[in-house]
Amino acid sequence: MTVATDDLETLLERASAGVAFDGLRVAETDGEYVLETAENEWAGLDETELRRALESAEEYVTNWYYWQETVGGEGTARRAFLRWCERAPLVDADPDDATTGPWSDGGGDDDATGRPATLGVTERYDALRGGIDREWGQLSITVRFVDIDDPDGERVYDLWHVDDADSDISDLEIYDDPRDARELATYDEDGRYRPLKTAPTLPGGWAFTGLSGDELVETVEFFYPATVANWHRELRGNLDVDHWLETAERQTGIYDVIDELPREAVEWMAEACCVDSQCLRRREWQYEDGDDLDVDGGDGPFPCREPCSLVIAAARKWAILESEDEHTYELELTTSELNQLEELIDAVAEDRTDEIREADVNDGANRYRARYLRAKRFDDEGDLEATRVDD
Amino acid sequence: MQALVIAAHGSHLNPDASDPTYAHADTIRETGAFDEVREAFWKEEPHFREVIRTLESDEVFVVPLFISEGYFTEQVIPRELRLDDWDPDQWESDGTSASQATLEAEDVGKTIHYCGPVGTHDAMTDVIVQRAETATEDPDVGEGFGLSVVGHGTDRNENSAKAIEYHSDRIAERDRFDEVKALFMDEEPEVDDVTDYFESDDIVVVPLFIADGYHTQEDIPEDMGLTDDYRLGWDVPAEVDGHRIWYTGAVGTEDLMADVVLERAADAGADIGDARDAVRELAASVAETGADAGPEPGAGAGAGD
Repeated sequence: MTVATDDLETLLERASAGVAFDGLRVAETDGEYVLETAENEWAGLDETELRRALESAEEYVTNWYYWQETVGGEGTARRAFLRWCERAPLVDADPDDATTGPWSDGGGDDDATGRPATLGVTERYDALRGGIDREWGQLSITVRFVDIDDPDGERVYDLWHVDDADSDISDLEIYDDPRDARELATYDEDGRYRPLKTAPTLPGGWAFTGLSGDELVETVEFFYPATVANWHRELRGNLDVDHWLETAERQTGIYDVIDELPREAVEWMAEACCVDSQCLRRREWQYEDGDDLDVDGGDGPFPCREPCSLVIAAARKWAILESEDEHTYELELTTSELNQLEELIDAVAEDRTDEIREADVNDGANRYRARYLRAKRFDDEGDLEATRVDD
Repeated sequence: MQALVIAAHGSHLNPDASDPTYAHADTIRETGAFDEVREAFWKEEPHFREVIRTLESDEVFVVPLFISEGYFTEQVIPRELRLDDWDPDQWESDGTSASQATLEAEDVGKTIHYCGPVGTHDAMTDVIVQRAETATEDPDVGEGFGLSVVGHGTDRNENSAKAIEYHSDRIAERDRFDEVKALFMDEEPEVDDVTDYFESDDIVVVPLFIADGYHTQEDIPEDMGLTDDYRLGWDVPAEVDGHRIWYTGAVGTEDLMADVVLERAADAGADIGDARDAVRELAASVAETGADAGPEPGAGAGAGD
């Protein structure tokens, strides 16, 4: 109990100035103390009695110490995120302003799992013995006490891929340096570079264990940069959204052209890039203020507040391609070959080509089917034999 | 609290493009000089646009990990950081003398000390020389050697060549190498003809680039005739037209670059204590062991997306 004793002494030092935090309240008037917790209330205490009363409310004391002395950072996104991790009430959230996004669980409603959205100190202390689990994109976070049998309030955080939630920890590669997350987030399962950190392609097989609160936030930020800051803004109702047109008009240099992308093409672009299958962010930006895109923004956990650099780069390509005129072409295809073209495009768009079995010649995107079509319909230059008929 | 942001280009195509940024950021993290150190990118995340809001510090020093003053340092980075009152005149620069400007980032209300790029800082001259030392594994390299600083060069930005020439002149003034010459990929004098410009048998060639990629690992070695095919690699030194070419790869990967980042921030008023000494010691110990010397063929193609 030595650490908890330190906690008690620190709290007593603050007591005469008044303490009010997480259901704990201590106030002094003319040398007499009042102490309140969610469960009890004492009045007219002298200092010795206050000390004794606080000892009986040890959970409130160590909880106060952890949040006010260890975590600190009142009003910061870091603190709010760590509070969210253990389902503590988020004082930052203004219930009138907070959005209705998946994070808006400050109001006391039960979440989808049936657990209460927020927990008081006593319930949280019970839960922290076994660990409280949260999901942040493809990350599974567990917060637990360092000392489960005799908790002194100090929490540690574990982190792994949601798909590894049921894995034996000994089967996972263990890390404790937040910076290792950069490397883990760089490649997908097939070893391909992931330029978009919120692509739903984070590979598993690793675990960070025993992180401090600061280290947890740092690790999460390496996996999903700026998501904590933007979540916190959304929670407080002050997420700043830059819509397509203002972002496009801001661009210079080779990206200067993207504001010429037709309105309709911006819809196609959002459908291509900004959907749940491609990104864990939920598109909050529209064509412009008051002119929403028809494409659904998705259900991703992280708010997307403006077109990302990948979308900008792709938009440049499409702006150039969309400046071309349309023509009518004539080419010979059987009905099945026309269908096959559709299947090929669909297979690439859905990243399905790896799943098509070698011998599955019923699938139009089968490699041998594609090679046959090329052999039959391409000319010596490797082009589709088509004739433009509107010259 | 004070924070450091290292602002770099990054790449959608090449995962290695951000390696130097991470390496130098980590070196500075180890010194503990800043409460927060953050990498930020144009093509990766966190994007310039969102990096400042991830910091708790009220004082933020932004150091662009770019070679020249120009489009990125004067337009893109300040715009994306929302430094609304920015004007390039605040640097009062002739193209190589940018120091810093103090501004406010409009979305967060923090004080931003926006620094000139690492490439034009005087300390960069030392990094180029150290690069020559690590490549030759000779801390006294100079006598009997020519040194060429190689830049991209482009008609679109006159400052691009200025940075290269600036450091070449400074190295020449030291009389350490027998000859010093600035050469370019896309303008005269061209790096293709490197041996035409030197009488010395030994020539150290240091490309003033931030990251190894397409130019430093494919173009330049092939253009200079170090190899017919970059994929086969090349020797250090390599024999070309009777000269020995000591080709070093991008100077931006040199450990001493962290020192330039620190100097930029210190010039702008950051309190960095004795962090520079720690970084210089670290860089010197790495240089002695020659850990960074030698080519890494194919170490990352295509940073230029």
